[in-house]
Amino acid sequence: MLTWVALLALVLFSGTTYVAARRKVSAAAGGSPRNMHSLPGYYGAYVALWAGAPAALLVLLAAMFGGRLEDALLRVQPPAAVAQLTPAEQQVFFDDVRATAHNLQASETSYEGPMQAALQAKTAQARQLEALIAYGSVAAAAVLALSGVFLALRRIRPDFRARNKVEGWVAGLFIVCSVTAILTTVGIVGSLVWESLRFFHAVPLQDFLLGREWDPQIAMRSDQYASKGAFGAVPLFAGTFLIMIIAMIVAAPIGLFSAIYLSEYAGGLSRAVVKPLLEILAGVPTVVYGFFAALTVGPIFRSGFHALGEALAGGPLNSLALYLMSVQNQMALVAGAVMGIMLIPFVSSLSDDIINSVPQALRDGSLAMGATRSETVKKVVLPAALPGIMAAMLLAVSRAVGETMIVTMAAGLQAKMTINPLDTVTTVTVQIVTLLTGDQEFDSPKTLAAFGLGLTLFVVTFLLNIIALRIVQKYREQYD
Amino acid sequence: MTDAALPTAQPSLRQTVEARLKRRHAEELRFRFYGRAAIIVALLFLAVLVGRIVAQGYTTFVDYQLSLPVYVDPARVQVDDLSGANYDLLIADQTLARLGEKDDELGTQSGKLMELISTDLGFQVLEKVKADHSLIGKTITITGPVRADGQLYYKGQMKRTTDESERKLDNQQLAWLDRLKAKGLVKGGFNFGFLTKSDSTEPEQAGVLGAIVGSAMMLLVTASLAIPVGVLAATYLEEFAPKGRWSDLIEVNINNLAAVPSIVYGLLGLAVFINWLGVPRSSPLVGGLVMALMALPTVIIATRSALKAVPPSIREAALGVGASRTQTVFHHVLPLAMPGVMTGAILSLAHALGETAPLLMIGMISFVPGVPQGFTGAATVLPVQVFIWENASERAFEERTAAAILVLLTFMIIMNMAAILLRRRFERRW
Repeated sequence: MLTWVALLALVLFSGTTYVAARRKVSAAAGGSPRNMHSLPGYYGAYVALWAGAPAALLVLLAAMFGGRLEDALLRVQPPAAVAQLTPAEQQVFFDDVRATAHNLQASETSYEGPMQAALQAKTAQARQLEALIAYGSVAAAAVLALSGVFLALRRIRPDFRARNKVEGWVAGLFIVCSVTAILTTVGIVGSLVWESLRFFHAVPLQDFLLGREWDPQIAMRSDQYASKGAFGAVPLFAGTFLIMIIAMIVAAPIGLFSAIYLSEYAGGLSRAVVKPLLEILAGVPTVVYGFFAALTVGPIFRSGFHALGEALAGGPLNSLALYLMSVQNQMALVAGAVMGIMLIPFVSSLSDDIINSVPQALRDGSLAMGATRSETVKKVVLPAALPGIMAAMLLAVSRAVGETMIVTMAAGLQAKMTINPLDTVTTVTVQIVTLLTGDQEFDSPKTLAAFGLGLTLFVVTFLLNIIALRIVQKYREQYD
Repeated sequence: MTDAALPTAQPSLRQTVEARLKRRHAEELRFRFYGRAAIIVALLFLAVLVGRIVAQGYTTFVDYQLSLPVYVDPARVQVDDLSGANYDLLIADQTLARLGEKDDELGTQSGKLMELISTDLGFQVLEKVKADHSLIGKTITITGPVRADGQLYYKGQMKRTTDESERKLDNQQLAWLDRLKAKGLVKGGFNFGFLTKSDSTEPEQAGVLGAIVGSAMMLLVTASLAIPVGVLAATYLEEFAPKGRWSDLIEVNINNLAAVPSIVYGLLGLAVFINWLGVPRSSPLVGGLVMALMALPTVIIATRSALKAVPPSIREAALGVGASRTQTVFHHVLPLAMPGVMTGAILSLAHALGETAPLLMIGMISFVPGVPQGFTGAATVLPVQVFIWENASERAFEERTAAAILVLLTFMIIMNMAAILLRRRFERRW
């Protein structure tokens, strides 16, 4: 609340200084912009920036990190009764201090004697510190704003190069924004690697990458968490691969053929109708595909296989019939097929772009030699577009590997090494979601395992993307 | 020999060519058919997907409301212990009497009737009596939904023909439902509750308002971060940055970020925003931050291509009359690129609206009754609401899941339409 008031006050204040600075410099220049180096607005903006920006930054930083600062200061010199507790108990104590200070629900621990005194003392201290940080930061911001205005107002004269200074600020802002993109990558890599290192400390890397048994439930018991085999990710890779292959079997031919038809055969009208419809298919959120897979495709496939099983029962294929009658809704085939549907527009629009960028001269040459259109496509256009289409397929594979919602809702949780599409399998992304959506401590190897899986996923998709983007770039240069 | 061979060779070449031509044309037709079939199959998938969800979800928008006069019995409701009274039982007993039935000693009959009446009615009586103590001893009329299983019966999704042991309501309960309807106590109508209520454990009381507000708040955070930062970053890279190794690196980096799986952004949000910076879990703030990072590459790429489309003559003209480079960009180039920028921004926001996976990582999956309290309070968003309801075991949540999807798709279509209109209205070819 105080933060918002302070920010609003700063905006009003810097607005006022903008007007004041304009007035001052206009008066000094005798009212004519001709005598100034920059337009009057730049003088105003220069002063307003000094008035508002540093102070606003300070207020925001205080709002973001004030709580942590308070926490750290509270822990300096804990009372004797608290100091002898275990770290976990101390954590509970300090959480309760914060809760009491903010009049929130504290934990159910009862404090007696010296502990109660300590709680009261620390609560009072917490309230004091919070007020100190909040009002202190606002006071510091006010000092900063006033001194900024004072110094800036003294500097502006008609010959002051205000525009260049303001553009300096703008350039700084530009660079900060551009660096955000790099910081995101650094953040992703940093957080994944950091947490994964902690995971690989408990579970050796080769056990994770080569182990054939995945059962993180075992790891719930603390004495067992490093036991070999519980975190072997090979079954997850196998499941991911199986579902990805099924998805590509659905998406690659349909997507590629519709791209060929759209770019080589379709007239303007059908292109104008079909393309937006495919874009709708591409825009459908993945959670919708997941719902469709879990409640429509899954039951239909299962009852289909059950009916087939009943028809075959008693015959020479009796064991197959019994198997078909036991398949479940969550088979790899369902998740893979629906994921394939999701990827069709993706493959199609990427391939469409690639095919369209094959130079028309190649087609004209082939047609002039008497080839039919399909021969032109098969013998000239597709070979020319092949690297690009391969790249498109790689990007689709990368999407399929990283896709989460469809598999979370429609694939199972059983980690199995199988190539049978009617079996239940699990994938890397499903396991990340499962490991992180329960209630558990952040430091348990179970939670950290999610980061290990995330790192693997990131590395694989990163390599696929890099290769694909490289190919596309090379290919574009070839015809440009 | 040669004379004899020539005449036979001529027609045979012609014949082979014609035969081959026939084959080639058949091949052509077949190829064309494959292409057409692929498109038809793709569109068929779309039709089945949308049709199936509409078929599953439209029944949610019909709702059966029960209007009952309730005598607030002073013998059962004490002024000094208003919350202690069992209002559900009070309503059930009186309804039972209205139906001409008697409760047995164990209360099985009233218990069975309570399975038909939503707890919402009991809460309404409590609220009314709390607000006005003088209502005790009087008769008040309250209106509230029939319980979810009863709704299913009215909508024909639970059939009398099903064996009694396989449905949740027995024959007597179905007969009561029929009689309540015949007496005019139950009326069907448009389900406004679905759009004005928030999540609830009772299907008939669950709505999407909380999720819609949560989504809107999250998108507000996303838009106010991703659009300015993305536009400025793209402007810098396109208009100012010296072309070289660094800008190449940033370009490759941005293209890669656009293809990173969304769940990885969720892991980033969990590790950095929640555990390191201490942003509250499952809040619209943390969701918006993660979505902003996800949307950033898309916004940057869209802005760069919009800036590329502005012809250099505009820049040269501005520089020629003495504008600085910053002035050129802010006064001329960016305004001309704005339609393209906004189109890209809206599309990336629409994508963020439908994204689910990263939000599961940052705790948005929790049950949140009511509308979110501020940007740091707990919230849920539409796609996550879909996921939560899909996991709910009760049959009545199935239609609500489909209906929530319809609401989500409606918002996405509106956003996409806005982007298309913007493009059509302001697009300029140079």
